[in-house]
Amino acid sequence: MRKPLFSPIILITAILNGLLTGAVYALVALGLTLIYGVLHIINFAHGALLSAALFAAFFAFHLLGLDPYLAALLLAPIFFAFGYALQRLVIGPASHGDDRNMLLVTLGLSVVIENGLLYAFRADTRTIDLPYAFQTIDLGFTFLPIPRLIGFCVVFAVALVLWAIMRRTDVGKAIRAVAKEKLGAQLAGIDVAHIYAITFGLGTACVAVAACLLIPTFYVNPTVGEAFVLIAFTIVVLGGMGSVPGALVGGLLIGVVESLSGLFLGESLGQIGIFLIFIAVLLVRPTGLFGAKA
Amino acid sequence: MRGLAPIAVVVAVLAAVPLVVQSNTTLNFLVVTLLIALAGQGWNILGGYGGQYSFGHAAFFGTGAYATAILQVRYGMNAWLAFGAGIVLGAAVGAVIGAWTFRAGIKGSYFALVSLAFAEVLRILASVAPITGAGVGTLVKLDLRVEALQFESRAVFYWVILALVAISLLVAQRLERTRFGTWLIAVRENEDAAKALGVNATQVKLGAMVISAAITAAAGCFYTQYFLFVDSGIAFGTRMSIEALLTPIIGGAGTVFGPLLGALVVQALGEGAKLVAGDAPGLSLIVYGCVLILVIAFAPRGLIGLIDTARRRVTPPAKREATHG
Amino acid sequence: MAEPLLSVDRVSCRFGGLLAVNAASFTVAAGRITGLIGPNGAGKTTLFAIISGFQRPSSGTVRYRGEIVTGLPPYELARRGIARTFQIVQPFTGLSVLENILVGAHLRHRTRSDALAAADLVGREVGLADLLDRPADTLTVAGRKRLELARALATEPQLLLLDEVLAGLNPTEIHEIAPIIRRLCERGISILMIEHVMQAVMSLSQHVFVLAEGCIIAEGTPAQVAADRTVVEAYLGHGAAKKLGVALG
Repeated sequence: MRKPLFSPIILITAILNGLLTGAVYALVALGLTLIYGVLHIINFAHGALLSAALFAAFFAFHLLGLDPYLAALLLAPIFFAFGYALQRLVIGPASHGDDRNMLLVTLGLSVVIENGLLYAFRADTRTIDLPYAFQTIDLGFTFLPIPRLIGFCVVFAVALVLWAIMRRTDVGKAIRAVAKEKLGAQLAGIDVAHIYAITFGLGTACVAVAACLLIPTFYVNPTVGEAFVLIAFTIVVLGGMGSVPGALVGGLLIGVVESLSGLFLGESLGQIGIFLIFIAVLLVRPTGLFGAKA
Repeated sequence: MRGLAPIAVVVAVLAAVPLVVQSNTTLNFLVVTLLIALAGQGWNILGGYGGQYSFGHAAFFGTGAYATAILQVRYGMNAWLAFGAGIVLGAAVGAVIGAWTFRAGIKGSYFALVSLAFAEVLRILASVAPITGAGVGTLVKLDLRVEALQFESRAVFYWVILALVAISLLVAQRLERTRFGTWLIAVRENEDAAKALGVNATQVKLGAMVISAAITAAAGCFYTQYFLFVDSGIAFGTRMSIEALLTPIIGGAGTVFGPLLGALVVQALGEGAKLVAGDAPGLSLIVYGCVLILVIAFAPRGLIGLIDTARRRVTPPAKREATHG
Repeated sequence: MAEPLLSVDRVSCRFGGLLAVNAASFTVAAGRITGLIGPNGAGKTTLFAIISGFQRPSSGTVRYRGEIVTGLPPYELARRGIARTFQIVQPFTGLSVLENILVGAHLRHRTRSDALAAADLVGREVGLADLLDRPADTLTVAGRKRLELARALATEPQLLLLDEVLAGLNPTEIHEIAPIIRRLCERGISILMIEHVMQAVMSLSQHVFVLAEGCIIAEGTPAQVAADRTVVEAYLGHGAAKKLGVALG
């Protein structure tokens, strides 16, 4: 085990890196919290969808020669449609409106998608080689990787877009109505099944963009999504289920925690740190930092 | 299903199987089927009867498996004692997780999530801790003696697991008839109403968790004795958590024979998939996932639910009332 | 006067900025049917939740048979003899009517056979004799209300809290269920009922408390309360009493 290095530069670099990674975690968590806030279910298929998106980004690069940041523009709508279809055609009908059933159906989906990827592409880990993947910006006292910085900015751009959708468009208003009071929204003529599907699609689109942001510096294999999704759950629980600012702040926080505990405890135990936070938060303050609906 | 007669019949029929079937492959298939059935019986107590869906039951399976292995290999404990200790430890882990989560009022999706997290934490710990052999796992020495709970004949292993399954069937059946079981089912259906009727919901759920954990842990202990090897993925991986919940859901959650029926279906599907498409990684789980979704969509009360619905259509109401209560 | 069975003493409940219940005090005497009425949003449901252990008050005490029971969990209150029904009736689906009542009976009877016998008696008492083996979810609304009553009764309470038990019933159904409630009181069970169905609660109760905006604004016999100006205004708005030309006592 590495000796902990207490030099301030190392610490600050770890914190900054944590913030950058945390932004992408936040995006994944954003999708999850959106789905929870409206459908009131925890989407267990979220991780598998991330894995699928990573593979999609991988093939977009290798087969179409698309740079991941451009691929995001292509994959976001495709995955939106995929998510819409999943909710409208599979999850919604299969669950018959029962929450417990929805849990099982999303679990079933996650198993099918993840193992579908495993069956199709085997378990080998793949990466893509981007010419600027390892380029960094010189901050004077430390270096920051460019892809991560771009990722950070994209995440906030996406958050802004989502905010605009929620506040300014009719669809956004309908989504907020359904989230708050489903029966009332139905009585007001809103097609709840459609709104549910749109929300699920948005959540999936977030995951697709997150995958494109991750792929320059991360690896691709069918089980990666699993690892990310537990982190995303932790963030959502920490920030409060259904709270968008909670997901963003929680994501950054978790990114930093992971970075620091990875520094002091090593890779795998760093992961445990996150799970323990998750369990602790759920047990001590289930409504999260931003105290949303439990 | 009244009385012990159905259980006795089913167990007797199953016990006679090795007398007729000699093929080792078939016996192996049946042993694994009963193993999953046992794990499922455990899940069924908490999830089927209690309505608390755990997505991390591998936590108990793995505790039983590792405990049995480690106590024998590192502490020289007698295999039978280690087996028992594995069950007790599994129940203890259940008690800890249950006390923690139920006291904090965690239920529904949150509970599923937390249980998943606990299993994951254990998996990661097991993959790095020296006592479990870390990534390499723990190997139990081949020692084909009764004292070491290992048998040359697969048929004996079959009877051992069958005995455990029989006990779990009795536990479920008894549960349905006792006050504890009635209260547990009430908590499942409507926790607030149950509380208002004098049910200490937290205590009831905790009790169910302990029983559930003990049964699934027993499956883990058996796994170690039968396969003589365990690692973090086998012990605490999601595959076992999924199989533990799949068998009762397919067969019929909250029924005595559900998990057993479901296990047969799950195993048959797994083998069928292999026959058709070869032994590719992930294939059986794809089938499991699809079946799970299909069952929830079209037969949410499982196979036994389907049989029950069919029976109700056929039996005239007057006759139905006479058999109730 | 004998010590009241239940005494609610200056109970308040605050949710964030909203004061749902404001220093409400009232008593329920043993052997009587006491009504708790008030316009929508008055805080009756919150008060009920506090008395039945589902909600902690911000301040104040609830005493039952002289002992402080504020903040005790619902199951503990049930064991001491306080039972309640729920406004939105949710039978235990998948179980028969008898099995539903069984859950309540098990509080006092450990073995299944004893509890089933007790449940059977209670089921007949509320008029569900012919429906005992039916699945509970096939009951009509009126049947479900009776089931709700039966489940609570099976716990052998001394104080029964009825949460809008008549809501959703048509006049005939109310007419059929009212005598059952009256009979329970004659049997020695004290009853506190929240009700909106004015005619029924007024004819059933011997004493009535009126809650408006979280405060108890009036109490007395049904006749006294009906003629009270503040009560009329609480329901119909300021000045309504004058407009209606209500003869005030």
